[in-house]
Amino acid sequence: MTCDEARQLLHAYIDDELDLPTALQIEAHLPDCPKCQKELEAARAAGRAVAQPAVYYPASSELRDRLKRAIRSEIREIDTPPAFPGFLIGWWKRPMAFSGLAAAMLLIVCSLLFFLPAHASRGQIDELVGSHVRSLEENHLMDVASTDQHTVKPWFAGKLDFSPPVIDLSAEAFPLIGGRLDYLNQQKVAALIYRRNKHLINLFIWPGETTPEVDAKQGFNLIRFECKGMICWAVSDLNAGELQQFADLFKAQKAASTRS
Amino acid sequence: MSLRAETSKFESEVLEHLDAAHNLARWLMKNDQDAQDVVQESCMNALRAFDSFRGGDFRAWFLAIVRNTSFTSLRRRKSSSGPASEQSLEVGAEIAADREVYDPQAIAIRAADAELVRRAIAALPQILRETLVLREMEGLSYKEIGKIAGVPIGTVMSRLARGRMQLQELIVEMDQPDLGKSVQEGIR
Repeated sequence: MTCDEARQLLHAYIDDELDLPTALQIEAHLPDCPKCQKELEAARAAGRAVAQPAVYYPASSELRDRLKRAIRSEIREIDTPPAFPGFLIGWWKRPMAFSGLAAAMLLIVCSLLFFLPAHASRGQIDELVGSHVRSLEENHLMDVASTDQHTVKPWFAGKLDFSPPVIDLSAEAFPLIGGRLDYLNQQKVAALIYRRNKHLINLFIWPGETTPEVDAKQGFNLIRFECKGMICWAVSDLNAGELQQFADLFKAQKAASTRS
Repeated sequence: MSLRAETSKFESEVLEHLDAAHNLARWLMKNDQDAQDVVQESCMNALRAFDSFRGGDFRAWFLAIVRNTSFTSLRRRKSSSGPASEQSLEVGAEIAADREVYDPQAIAIRAADAELVRRAIAALPQILRETLVLREMEGLSYKEIGKIAGVPIGTVMSRLARGRMQLQELIVEMDQPDLGKSVQEGIR
């Protein structure tokens, strides 16, 4: 083996990547060639410099923990689908195992959206109460101030892709005082503002199906009901009994107004 | 295998090779924050692609994802210094017979300064840097490195040879900070 040939193969020799006959040829050449020896030692020294632990960048324990949490939360999302209809469980586990992961996550999201109305999440209750409290701050209550349902209802047209039911309940001592555009769950919703004595009621409305539910948080009462294909949430510091009365009246009046 | 078993297998594999992943990302991105972001993104990319992993060497598979994610991130940041400038480095892969060989002793002495070595490695062209990192720090074979970098074994060999030679020069020349800077610029 010539010196030139040997030099081309020195690095592969260092890395133990040569077949045995070639490695032996290098070993036969080295003792006679100080230049190749020097080259070999210089390359090894450079390699050792890189290989020393002091220049290595291990992952911090903080990053390690963060990733552990991220992976676990993914696992939890896939593995505990409480709202999963039983017939679905078979397919997302079996045929594609992991490729089903993305699909499974999508399904969970969908099923969450679907089942959300049945069990309002704490997040949604928080959002509703937060929205109600914000509306009580100055200049935030109403976008349109009117006691006339025929002024309030058209005001929403063009601002929403649905038409919320607007009903005057002043005869029942729940006067309408205005309307507002609000955001819940990253979607535009209608908010109607009613008054009972000195208490204000926010009625949040958006399309969907739901079941009745009653909740309370931070001294506010919340009542959910469905009205003409709309999900309605009434939020107020009014007592639960009167708020329920309001909800019942709203539903009954709406039903009556469509019949007539 | 059940989904839970699959995911916890994934978790233990990722955690086992997290240092390697972070080290590679850190050397490619050259700063801590970007390296951490890349590792996290790679992790999620790997989780999504785990079904395409059919056994075998998880480390090489995972490191390939880290490498791709790093390059994608680097490309996003500056599209100018793309592979075009580095491709030209493949030319002249042959080791010149008349080049200067640095004194092994001098290299070894200077290499005791870990900060100097880090600066020298960082000054290497990207493809040589990643090849050295995978070989010297992770002990990967030429075949594994070739798979990760998507190049033939012969290219891995010549990149390693050039990487080690340029590094010798950088380590020796970088001893004086000012001189080291000019060497860095000369190499780019």
